[in-house]
Order: sequence, then structure tokens, then C-alpha cells
Amino acid sequence: MLTAILTGFIFSILLVFVGKFFKGKLSILASVVPLGLFLYFFQFIAPIADGEVITRSFQWIPSFGVDLDFKLDGLSLLFSLMITGIGFLVFAYTSSYLKGHEYLDRFYGYLAAFMGAMLGLVLSDNMITLFVFWELTSISSFFLIGFNNTNPASRKSAMTALGITGIGGLLLLASALLLNNITGTYSISEMLSMSEAIRGNEFYAVAVLLLFGAAFTKSAQFPFHFWLPGAMKAPTPVSTYLHSATMVKAGIYLLMRFTPILGGENIWNYTLIIVGGITMLYSAIHTLFRTDLKGILAYSTISALGILVFLIGLGTEEAFLAAAVFIIVHALYKATLFLVTGIIDHQTHTRDVTRLAGLNKIMLPVGIAGILAAISSAGIPPTIGFIGKELTYEATYHSETIIIISMIAIVLTKILLLYAGFVAGIKPFTGKLPEEHKNVKAPGPIMWIPPVLLATLGLIFGIAPFLIEGALIKPVVTALGGDASEIHLALWHGFNLIFILSLITIGVGTTLYFIIKPSEKLVAVAARYNKISPENILNLINKGFVQFSNFWTNFFQNGYLRNYISIIILFLVVIVGYIMIGNTRFVIDYNSLSKITVYEITTTLILIAGIFYTVFTESRLAAVAAMGVVGLSICLIFVFYSAPDLAMTQFSIDTLTVILFVLVLYKLPKYLKLSDYKTRVRDGVLSSVFGLIITVLALEVLSEPVSKQVGEFYAANSYVEAHGKNVVNVILVDFRGADTLIEVSVLSIAAVGVFGLMKLRLKMRDRKRYADTTLKQENKEQ
Amino acid sequence: MEILLALMVGILYGTGIYMMLRRSMVKLIIGIILLGNGANLLIFLLGRITKGAPPIIPGDSKVFVEAFADPVPQALILTAIVISFGLQSFAIVLVKRAHTVVRTDDLDEMNATDEDS
Repeated sequence: MLTAILTGFIFSILLVFVGKFFKGKLSILASVVPLGLFLYFFQFIAPIADGEVITRSFQWIPSFGVDLDFKLDGLSLLFSLMITGIGFLVFAYTSSYLKGHEYLDRFYGYLAAFMGAMLGLVLSDNMITLFVFWELTSISSFFLIGFNNTNPASRKSAMTALGITGIGGLLLLASALLLNNITGTYSISEMLSMSEAIRGNEFYAVAVLLLFGAAFTKSAQFPFHFWLPGAMKAPTPVSTYLHSATMVKAGIYLLMRFTPILGGENIWNYTLIIVGGITMLYSAIHTLFRTDLKGILAYSTISALGILVFLIGLGTEEAFLAAAVFIIVHALYKATLFLVTGIIDHQTHTRDVTRLAGLNKIMLPVGIAGILAAISSAGIPPTIGFIGKELTYEATYHSETIIIISMIAIVLTKILLLYAGFVAGIKPFTGKLPEEHKNVKAPGPIMWIPPVLLATLGLIFGIAPFLIEGALIKPVVTALGGDASEIHLALWHGFNLIFILSLITIGVGTTLYFIIKPSEKLVAVAARYNKISPENILNLINKGFVQFSNFWTNFFQNGYLRNYISIIILFLVVIVGYIMIGNTRFVIDYNSLSKITVYEITTTLILIAGIFYTVFTESRLAAVAAMGVVGLSICLIFVFYSAPDLAMTQFSIDTLTVILFVLVLYKLPKYLKLSDYKTRVRDGVLSSVFGLIITVLALEVLSEPVSKQVGEFYAANSYVEAHGKNVVNVILVDFRGADTLIEVSVLSIAAVGVFGLMKLRLKMRDRKRYADTTLKQENKEQ
Repeated sequence: MEILLALMVGILYGTGIYMMLRRSMVKLIIGIILLGNGANLLIFLLGRITKGAPPIIPGDSKVFVEAFADPVPQALILTAIVISFGLQSFAIVLVKRAHTVVRTDDLDEMNATDEDS
């Protein structure tokens, strides 16, 4: 099973090297990969239908409980077959749709990687593994949406999609961590047995809401739905594969997978019913105001996802059954409609439904596929769409809560979806062929066979529902924790309320189709409400966030060195000062201190005088000289307190620095007082407090006992091991010889830098600037 | 004397920071030097000061027989002094160079990376 998941990734990597092979006429061969996988999963239908659950486990990071656990049950099997089956058709279709495209190999690489990620997602039995594959689908989706990367709108849509689904991924991770905290495991199967404990936990609601966040972003539920219409910038095969049939159903899969673990509580059911209900109705209404075929299909997809969420929320066995059937129904007809749209776009170069009609005269097979799909989407017998719709109505009707509102919502949605399906699947193929499309050519068979195949399947499953009843539907319901033994799919359910509702739906929907024609006017009506759309609101929040971070960055990273220093010092003063107040004892053992002599006091006074002269003098030369005095005084302190080596070093270095300073600085302009009185006082206070804190800190440390172990080790071994009597020198050149070597190299680098700066000749441009500014200054002085 | 030295360290730190907060680049370098001196003195002080007992083993013995000053802080400070010289000399030359190019000692006039500012 791991091999099956990895196949997609391996193929994707291989394409980097042998991509050229798949670019030309042989590109259709790429579809062998998903076909092989489809056949591989196909052989599991019989054992799974018998109630088997196939698991495989590979150790990954056992210490964290993160393993590559995979589980194939009814639910994963249904999704795996959809992923590989539709994948196969899309791969084949692409070879014709993007024939001769410069980056066809790249496209296949992304598609294959996505397929691998998606398979991994639906087969994972470990939440961390699930999260990894979840993110991989988002990333491969990002590449596919932005495939036309020369188009700015395409890039923007890709970013939006990645942003929204990426946030969802993080929520999923958070939920996984929380559930792990409650149960102590990441394994989904193990969580199943701890369902009671999870529901009883105080963090149950949080875990559920985080999981919802992940599912709603991925499956484009209101108010996160807007990335999906944007994602339609991708080439049509991508829209077919990712954004209608597979990836957007990942959220649905997640909800289904966790229904037996987390479901059944009020917060679970009501949230799903409300969000799903709003989504299905909201986006179904949106389809009325679109003229772009892909836009219509995008909103009807969101609406269908809303129905699925709504059904999962109902939580009854009937609802699960309806959801399972509807997933198949939707995958079949929506993929068909997308493929048909792709063909229309490819041949006529327009997707504007107002300009399309009568194309059946040119591409009859495509027209048949479109009309079949539209009928299935409308739920007209004898398609499987009819069964799906009946089951949905039944599940809603038999639910225990708010039946009337739910019923109205679902019937309205279905009516509008029927309209959308008709517009997308029937409108382009009926009526009179417009002049502009007279010369349109018919598509090749590789293009029209996939949609015809899918549409026919929808018809076959409708006439003979027993084909999928035992093989696919029952195992799904079992996996969701329902009892599947009573399930029986059939076209004819008897003449009852549900059937009447079906008739009403079809009647009203068809009437609607003939009354309302898609037009620019309707698009304009919808555009008026753009201001309050979730997309716009989120964009505003986004903009505000960017502005805030700009402000924040500019406030702290303002380019003024002294502000950086001030903030750092201020922070230090506040933190350290806060700790010190109350913790400082001021206990000084006067007996342990060294005695003060006259020459020490003199040195100290010279030092203080030197420091303050350095700070307050108005002459730069005097400042430098005073600084030299400070250095030499410190040198004297080293002499007094048994550090002859330090004294020697300090003496020579101090002298050198002063000489260098004087040599360099005579050229600089006058020593200006650049800051005003107020700034100087403020800085003075800040630095005084800082100095005070350092003093107190030093005194505090001095009152603590000291450990001299390291020093004693060096002293004891200095002569015995290293044969040197000056311990400081021995440490530097022997014990820590490597450090000294590095220090020497640092100094050499500095020396090279100094030499370079001194000798480097000015470039022409700089020389000109130099001349200019000198001239300006002279003018000013005059 | 320790108290006096702790006071010295405080003054060096305070004035060092004060100088670093000025707009002139020369003052910035002076501030860094003062701060460096303060840090050296702080390490020296916290390693405990000892009078008249340098960490040099007397001529005829192999190990110390009497009390001696801790050699570890001294080794650290020696390294620090030398390294800070590297930094200072580079900074000083850099100031000169910057001045030749942009004709100012004022840091506020140098805070843009663009050449035309």
C-alpha cells in the first residue's frame, strides 16, 4: 500500500529526468500510472465488501507515536477509487487538452504528486501522517492553480488558496495535538475505541471546532468558500480533478472519518447542519448570477459540498447513506461537466454561457455527455442522480430537528442546482449555433471519451444500482459506524411525499431554466454585494494586518542605531531592575574586601576624570587623549592586582588605538553637538540607570561564593603538563591554543579589511559626489 | 577597593552607552571602547581580585605553594582586549572611509541604504 501511495511521488520525481519523453506524442502514456493504481485498488472491492479492513504499518518516528499507518476500509476505498479512476481519465484528457504545451511534463509531475498526496490522505490511519499528506495536497494544489504563472490573477488565486487551506492545515495539526493530549495516541483506529473519553473531555468542543476549521477551509464551506471560484484559474483538468472530484472532498472525508469518533454531540451536528445549510443555499443562489461556465460549476460544487456537510451533520444512517451515494453522484456528473466545459473552452475559446448554443451540431458525443450529466445533476430518473436526490430528501425528512427549515433549504438548493446543471450541461448544446462558432472544429476522441464514459457510468449506476450497492455504498456506511444490512438502493421508492417533492423540484427547476437566462445584468446585480462578501472582508483584514506589521516594523526597525540601542537597554533596565527590586540584599562583607591605598585612590580619581572628560569635552582630539588616559588607568589597576600580562597588553593596545584615532581623525569635520538638550538628558538618565544596575549587579555577584576549580586545574597542570610557568600564557598558547589560533585569524581578517579600506581608490561616481559635496559646502560657507 | 571598582564599572558602562546613543560616529566608537573597558574590568572584578600574587609559578617549584590570582579571567580579558582592538581599528578606518564617501559624521544622514539619499 505504501508503494501505491509513493508511486505518484516517484513518478513525479522521475518526470524531472525523463520529462521530455512525456511531452510529445507519448504523453498519453502517463495515464498508465493512475490506471495501474486504479486496478490495484479495484481488486480490494471484494474483500472490503466482505467486511475486511486492510491495514499496513511502517515505523517512522516511533518515539513520538508517529508511524506510517495505513488503513483501507470502505470509506478509504471509495475515495481511492475516485482518486485513481478520475485521475486516469484526467491524465488521458490532459494529454490532448494541453497538447504540445511547453511545460506538459511539469503539469503531469504536479498532478502525479497530488494524486500520491491525496491517496496518502485518505489511507492514513495516523493523524500526523494525515496532516502531512493534507498539507501536501494544499501545496500541489498551489502549483496547479498557479500553473499559468505568467498570469497575475492566476498567481493571486494560487496564493489565496494556499493561504486558506494552509491555515486549515494548521488547525488540523492543532486538533491532532489536542486529541493526542486527550487520548495519548495519534492513531485514528485507537481513538475510535476511546470515543467516550474524548466526548467527556473538557477540550472536546475545542478539538471539534479546530477539526471543523480544517474541513471547512479545505472543502470550501462558508465563509471560507471564496478560494474555490478563484482556483478555477487553473487549467480545466485541474478544476475537474482537484476542485470538484477529489481534493475539495478531503474535508468531507475528514468529517466522515471522525464521525464515529467525535460525532453525535449537539455541537458537532448543529454546527455542520448550519454551516452546510448556509453554504449550500448561499452558493446555489450564486450560480444564478454567473455567466462563466467554470464560475457556475465552481459555485454548484461548493453547494454540493455544503449538502454533504449538511448530510453528515444530520448524523442518521439514512443521511450517511445519502452522503455516500451523493459523493459518487457528484463526482460523476461534476467531473463530466468540467471536462465538457474544458472541451468547449478548448475548441471555441470562450466559456461565456451567453455566447454558447447549438454546439451539438459540431461535437455530438460531448453534447450527449453534457446532457446526461445535467440530467443526473438534476436528479431526473433513471440516472443515479435521482437516487441520490431521493435519499437526500428522505434523510432530511426523517431527521429529528428543524425539519421544515431543512426541507425548504434542501429543496431550494436542489432546484437551483438543477438550474446550474442545465445551464452548464444543456444550454451550450441546444438552440441555434451562433455565427462566431460556425468554424469550430470537433475535439479528438481522447478528449471526448472521458466525459462520455463518466456520464454513461452515471446512467448505468442509476439503472442498475446494485452494482455499487454492495461493493461501495454499504462498506462506507459501515465505516461511518452505521448498520448497512438494511440498505437497498432502487430507483422506485413508491408514490409518497418525497416523490412529490422530487417532481416539484424538477418542475420548478426546469421552469426556472426557461425563464431566467444567464446575462451580464445578473452578474452586475451580484457585483453590487461584493463589498460585504466574506472574500472582501477577509481581504480588508489582510490589508489591515499588513499595515499593522508595517507600522510595527517601522517603529522598531527605524534605521536609527541609537533607537535600537535605547530600546534594548531600556528593556534590559526594566527587566533586570524589576527582578532586582526586592531581591537585592546589599550585604557586603567588609572584611573580605581588599584594603584601599593612596595610589589606588589616585588612579581611580584619574580614571573618573578621564571618563567624564572624554564624554563632555568639545574637542575630538581631547576626547581621544582622555580615552587614552582611561585605558592607561585601567592598565594600572591590572598592575596593582596581579595581572602583569593584562597590563602589558592593555598598554600597547591602548597606545595603538589612540595613535590610529589621531592619524585618521584629523581629516574629519568639527566635533558637532548634534542632539538637543532634551535628548541628552533623556539618554543621560537611561545610561545612568543602566550603569547603576551594572554596579549593583557586580556587588551582588561579589557577595556570592566563588568557585576557582578551573583556575586551579590550569595552575596545577601548567608546569607539569605544558612546561610553562606563566599560567595565563600557557592557557592561551597551549590549553586553549586552537582558540588563540582562531583569534589570530580574526585579527588578520580585520587587518586585511583595514588595509583594503585605506588603499581602496574611490570609484568615479564617489569621486564626483565627493567633489560635488565639497563644492556645496564651500558655497554654503561663502 | 571592590566597591570602588564596581562603581568604576558602572560609570564605564553608563558613559559607554551614553556615547553610543549620540549621533556622531566618532562618539559611537568611543562609546564602544569605554563599554569594552567596562566589560573587561567587570570580568576582572568578578574573578575576585588578589594583590601581589600574579599567576606565575615561582622559579624553582612546579606548582603554586602560596595563594595566586585566578588565571582564567585574565586569559579571557587578554583575548578580549586583543579582539576589541581588531574591532576598533576596523571601525575607525571605516568611519574615515564613510566620511570620504558621504561627507558626514552624522549617523542620521547615513541610515538609508539607497545611494541617492
